Amino acid sequence: MPEGQALQPERRPVAFRGGGFLPRTSRAVGAIGFAVVLLAWQGALAAGWISPVFLPSPVEVALALRDLAASGELWRHLSISLYRIVLGWSFGTAAGLGVGSAMALFSLARSLGMPMISALFPIPKIALLPLLILWLGIGETSKVATIGLGVFFPTAIATYSGIDNVSRTLIRMAQSFGIPFGAIVCKVALPGALPSILSGMRISASIALLLVVSAEMIGAESGIGAFVLSAGNLMQTDQLVAGVAVLSVLGLLVGAALSAAEKALLSWR
Amino acid sequence: MKLAVDVRRHAYDDLLVLSDVSFTVADGEVVCIVGPSGCGKSTLLGIVGGLVRPTDGTVATEGALRPGTLNPVTFVFQDFALLPWRSVRDNVGFPLEHHRLSSADREARVSDALARTGLADFAGALPKQLSGGMRQRVGIARALAVEPALLLLDEPLSALDAQTRELLMDDFGRLWMGAGITALYVTHNLDEALRLADRIVVLSRRPGRIKDIVSVGIDRPDRTAVAAAPRLAVLRERLWSLIRDEAASADREMARA
Ligand SMILES: Nc1ncnc2c1ncn2[C@@H]1O[C@H](COP(=O)(O)OP(=O)(O)OP(=O)(O)O)[C@@H](O)[C@H]1O
Ligand SMILES: [Mg+2]
Repeated sequence: MPEGQALQPERRPVAFRGGGFLPRTSRAVGAIGFAVVLLAWQGALAAGWISPVFLPSPVEVALALRDLAASGELWRHLSISLYRIVLGWSFGTAAGLGVGSAMALFSLARSLGMPMISALFPIPKIALLPLLILWLGIGETSKVATIGLGVFFPTAIATYSGIDNVSRTLIRMAQSFGIPFGAIVCKVALPGALPSILSGMRISASIALLLVVSAEMIGAESGIGAFVLSAGNLMQTDQLVAGVAVLSVLGLLVGAALSAAEKALLSWR
Repeated sequence: MKLAVDVRRHAYDDLLVLSDVSFTVADGEVVCIVGPSGCGKSTLLGIVGGLVRPTDGTVATEGALRPGTLNPVTFVFQDFALLPWRSVRDNVGFPLEHHRLSSADREARVSDALARTGLADFAGALPKQLSGGMRQRVGIARALAVEPALLLLDEPLSALDAQTRELLMDDFGRLWMGAGITALYVTHNLDEALRLADRIVVLSRRPGRIKDIVSVGIDRPDRTAVAAAPRLAVLRERLWSLIRDEAASADREMARA
């Protein structure tokens, strides 16, 4: 029987059913959405629907930001916050990398570290600030230590699980060539754990930002957190929102820096 | 390099994996190991290569090494085991990094190994940019760069398609067989074993014991000739009859587990 004829009596086209599940992003749409929100915000204030006592207009926020930048006030607060973040984050990251690696590589460190980290990780680190202030004083050390503690745990966990998940065959391959232990750690285990370590850094960076603001709200004269708090106390909502906007930009910049690092360091994936 | 394997017993906790596996491999000989899934072939290779400590047994090598030999006992892995963040060149150079070599010697070894495996044009590529066959060529180049005396290959072709497998088997003949390199080669594929081996060790299902050792007895270059086909078919039949029942019951065991 010729094949063509077998289909003849009832010919049906095959309907396409593979559509959807392919969302795309458009920068233009994103920008328009942003502009619409700002315009609605400005419009709502102009129309008197929102009292300017509670929310400043975007234009007022922009003007406040300009004045703050011009007077050097913005940089004074921002630089002290950045100083605390960089210091706390660096200490926390260094300690987390060390402890996480040790836990991934040595039985003793793993047996000791796992239960301790499990017990201490869930504590919101800001709750320890009063204790740290008691021990270390109200100055920089207690704030830096709070940030360091907050950064330490996610970094240690990311490093530990990153190394632990490095392919066993890669380790065996290195051993089969007689590569010494230290070189296997540096050339196989740590590079293999880098994806996990970098995503841990994404978490630890946002924790550092959160903690610096919280710590500055609890006990500091300077820093973005202290600035936002005092603006609130003085009902200077334009200053307050300007400070919050600066924090948002700071978060975005850190995220962009990490994305760039991932792109540069993990292009092999 | 000669090899004497004598594994009286190997167990993972309560699971007995190997029992009374002893055989010797002559200098320059290629011995294939076949046996059903889970019978301990990879474990045996790990023991021979010093990566697994046998519960009870010894492995010894004998014979003078060539002066250029950096890593006498060298593995080639089933899943290639390339460092994905390193280029082809740096993967091949990886085992050389902890040896005291002049940088000229190091580069010469790497580029020689790349040239012999046909990878010279891909030296800067990352593993993810290569096909499976190319990746295994990198694995082989890395092994050749240390001038091994004994190669341990754990199903080096089983992750590849049939055509790539053919090509690489030709390469094996060219690259290390007859070059005085002794080899222990684990495979599931009887045709691969019949093409490459001087002798074939057949293991039983777990716990792996030696069921038989079959000599191929045909010159390796002649095996692809039509004239050799009947004799190879007889050997294949014999190997398959040794394995069939073992494989079938190993399969049932797996299904039950
Ligand atoms: N590190 C280990 N710990 C515990 N059990 C293991 C370990 N490695 C292997 N086994 C078990 O030992 C047995 C033999 O494993 P092995 O990998 O040596 O078999 P194989 O013959 O290479 O199998 P395959 O043909 O599937 O590659 C299997 O049952 C496996 O589950
Ligand atoms: Mg195996």
